[in-house]
Amino acid sequence: MSDLYLNAAVGGALTGLVYGLMALGLSVIFGVVRVVNFAHGEMMTAAMYGAILLAQAFKLDPLIAMAPIAVAMFILGYGLQRGLINAFVTRPEHTQFMLLVAVAIILTNGQLIAFGPDTASVQVDYALDSYQFGALIIGKVQIIAAGTALAVSGALFAFFRFTLTGRAIRACADNYLGAQVVGLNVRHLYGLTFGIGAACLGAAGCLQLLLTNVTPLQGPSYTLLAFIIVIVGGMGSLTGALLSGLLVGVSEALAGVMFDPSAKSMFTFALLILVLLFRPQGLLGRRT
Amino acid sequence: MKLLFAGLPQRALAALGLFLLLLLVAPWVVNGYILSLLVVMLYFAYAGQAWNVMMGFTGQLSLGHSLYVGLGAYAAAMMFTKFGINPWVGLLVAVATTTAMGVIIGFLAFRFGIGGVYFAILTIAFSEFVRIGFDHWTWLGGSGGLFLPVANLNSNDLLNLRGAPVMFYYVMLAMCVAALAFCRWLLGSRLGYYWQAIRENEDAAAALGIPVFRYKMFAVMISSAMTAFAGVFYAFYYNNLFPEQIFSMGRSIEIILGPMIGGLGTLFGPIIGAFVLTPLADGLSELLQWVGIDVPGVKQVFYGVCLLLVIVFLPHGIWPVLARRLKLEREH
Amino acid sequence: MALLEVEGIGKHFRGLRALHEVSFSIPQGAIHAMIGPNGAGKTTCFNVIAGVYKPDGGSIRFDGKPIDGLRPDQICRAGIGRTFQVVKPFPGLSVLDNVVVGALNATADVAHARKEAMRVLELLHLADKARHPAASLTLPERKRVEVARAMATGPRLLLLDEVMAGLRPTEVDEMVAVFRRVNQETGLTILLIEHVMRAVMALAQHIVVLHYGEKISEGAPQEVVNDPKVLECYLGEEAL
Repeated sequence: MSDLYLNAAVGGALTGLVYGLMALGLSVIFGVVRVVNFAHGEMMTAAMYGAILLAQAFKLDPLIAMAPIAVAMFILGYGLQRGLINAFVTRPEHTQFMLLVAVAIILTNGQLIAFGPDTASVQVDYALDSYQFGALIIGKVQIIAAGTALAVSGALFAFFRFTLTGRAIRACADNYLGAQVVGLNVRHLYGLTFGIGAACLGAAGCLQLLLTNVTPLQGPSYTLLAFIIVIVGGMGSLTGALLSGLLVGVSEALAGVMFDPSAKSMFTFALLILVLLFRPQGLLGRRT
Repeated sequence: MKLLFAGLPQRALAALGLFLLLLLVAPWVVNGYILSLLVVMLYFAYAGQAWNVMMGFTGQLSLGHSLYVGLGAYAAAMMFTKFGINPWVGLLVAVATTTAMGVIIGFLAFRFGIGGVYFAILTIAFSEFVRIGFDHWTWLGGSGGLFLPVANLNSNDLLNLRGAPVMFYYVMLAMCVAALAFCRWLLGSRLGYYWQAIRENEDAAAALGIPVFRYKMFAVMISSAMTAFAGVFYAFYYNNLFPEQIFSMGRSIEIILGPMIGGLGTLFGPIIGAFVLTPLADGLSELLQWVGIDVPGVKQVFYGVCLLLVIVFLPHGIWPVLARRLKLEREH
Repeated sequence: MALLEVEGIGKHFRGLRALHEVSFSIPQGAIHAMIGPNGAGKTTCFNVIAGVYKPDGGSIRFDGKPIDGLRPDQICRAGIGRTFQVVKPFPGLSVLDNVVVGALNATADVAHARKEAMRVLELLHLADKARHPAASLTLPERKRVEVARAMATGPRLLLLDEVMAGLRPTEVDEMVAVFRRVNQETGLTILLIEHVMRAVMALAQHIVVLHYGEKISEGAPQEVVNDPKVLECYLGEEAL
């Protein structure tokens, strides 16, 4: 029995890293632009469909499709921020939120119209390969997905820590007015940030496609999941998003094994409620 | 601001009277399809009005209002199908249930200072949590659904809410009128003033002696209680309840579209919003079907685009602009 | 017995000591002023009295009863009204409705509250703007709305936080006249934070001076204004 739990936990942790990457995008966007991207999950399913199209047209493995998809998402994200959202940065919070709700509705149903409600997926050659470590059996796709997610996250951390642009973006996050005063083109940097967040989604989407299938109606669930992960981890904390992704992945998997698989999201919601009540700044967030 | 209709010019009162008159005689002049459309319009006008109490008046964004519709619907349906109790008494159970849920959510959120976006997400989480719960609650049908016995359509049994669509139409119309009057009364009362103060600036409100937590709780309780009525109506009008549908986020969003597009915080916003949006969306569906396109999701894309356009170009909604143009505003 | 007794209150924020052992008292019906350089802790002091912050030490008594630790709305209901240094109007409401919210603290009846609100607006020369949305007012007008709103709550003690900032000298004199009148006619006790010395000298019967969170001087206006400690840290040699 404990083997079952072990496998579930490890599998959950690996999936959780991909969730973490997805949530990372949300955290970056919120941490800098201070916009709550309610269309997050919908953007991810869009990326997933993009990868599926590439797979169907060019037989591209999602891992390879990650590059063009991430770039495409970056451009879309940048455009969305500068074209639409930018005007709303100074508007009241709920207006921004509703704006993205509208975008989310359009995206979800646009995908529904374009691709239909049935599930779509990509079968890679190594989909059924697995490694065995004693009682532990891990799928090859899971390891690849998790490893890539970690690598991309690491690249993101490095970007923000060591590059000039990355630090400029952090400056905007810390002090909007100050950043403008010292001559930073804040609008451009906001656009970049949203683009980076969207690119994360693109990458995460491709990786997620290795693990599971996609339907347009999953968008809202992913959005909610991303929010829960970010809130549990702490809004604005990048490490928090990753760790929290792990936590949510593991707990979801365990709940699915211990109780009914379809009830596992109940567990995640319960986790959210608990965190909001007892530690609203999240595990690694700072109390404002 | 254009909230109380004392002081409204005669034009406005006349327009209102005319509108009501048209609605009263509608069943005699329109066909069954339009009648059912009108019922949907009135339903969303009512539900939107109930949601508006929490968000428009008090500034608390609830994106999980389908939770209250669902709870109210299931409560009354349960009383009727399992215990043979008529919906008017079932209503009491429904209101008690939704209000209790509202109190729980409100208490958890406000006690711990959760507001804005976090609160909205909390409401979604609760709604989803309950949805999955009902999916597994086989005694009430689980994901397969709960069905009410559809009685004959020839006799109108108001006590048990079994009857022709016309009966439901007038019930819904009465609910809308009552809700409008109730909300108008609320806004003009101390409660209404305090709610709006909280919406505008909580710190200032507290500095003026307003116990913010208490009044936020009132808002949630009243809003959820009002929404219970919509749930009960829904159960007895449609006669089938599926957790996937009734507790869905899509439904929550549909509820808020009316007030958001019509005008948040106004009395007529939710009504105008519902009355503009529903027929347009339906008309679009019909048009596309006529042309041969029958694809799910078109209506929702339309809603999304409308919402987007309103937020970008008419942030205060259609009603304030319309009122100005038609000179229906309160005198200043 | 003094209306407000502040004794030894302290407040720090994560290592920053904003207030340290501040004590003073205000008798019923008096007008006192609190002055000092920016960052001296004056607004923090207000916030502690008004219940926004809990003091880290010391006590505050209003009319003999302890009020430290009460919530802001409880403090208002106890009889202390306050304005905010950065004004917080209700932008979506009309000027009149802004003040009605305040008046509803004194009376539960909306019609009475509206009458009272109009009366206070007239007092502050804002009656003609009653129906305008608060968001459309200029900053000095918003400050007056802020004052009107606080006054409408029917307080016994009014805390005014830099309400004269940005006003022209004639406007300052008008406001001074209003406060003096209200104080004389109704006995309203007033504590004002001010940088505009013109107003301070015209209104205050007693001044408390804060610097780096501590009280460095207190006394009658003429004394304080000539106190070398105060001149050195705040007023400068040519204060008036």
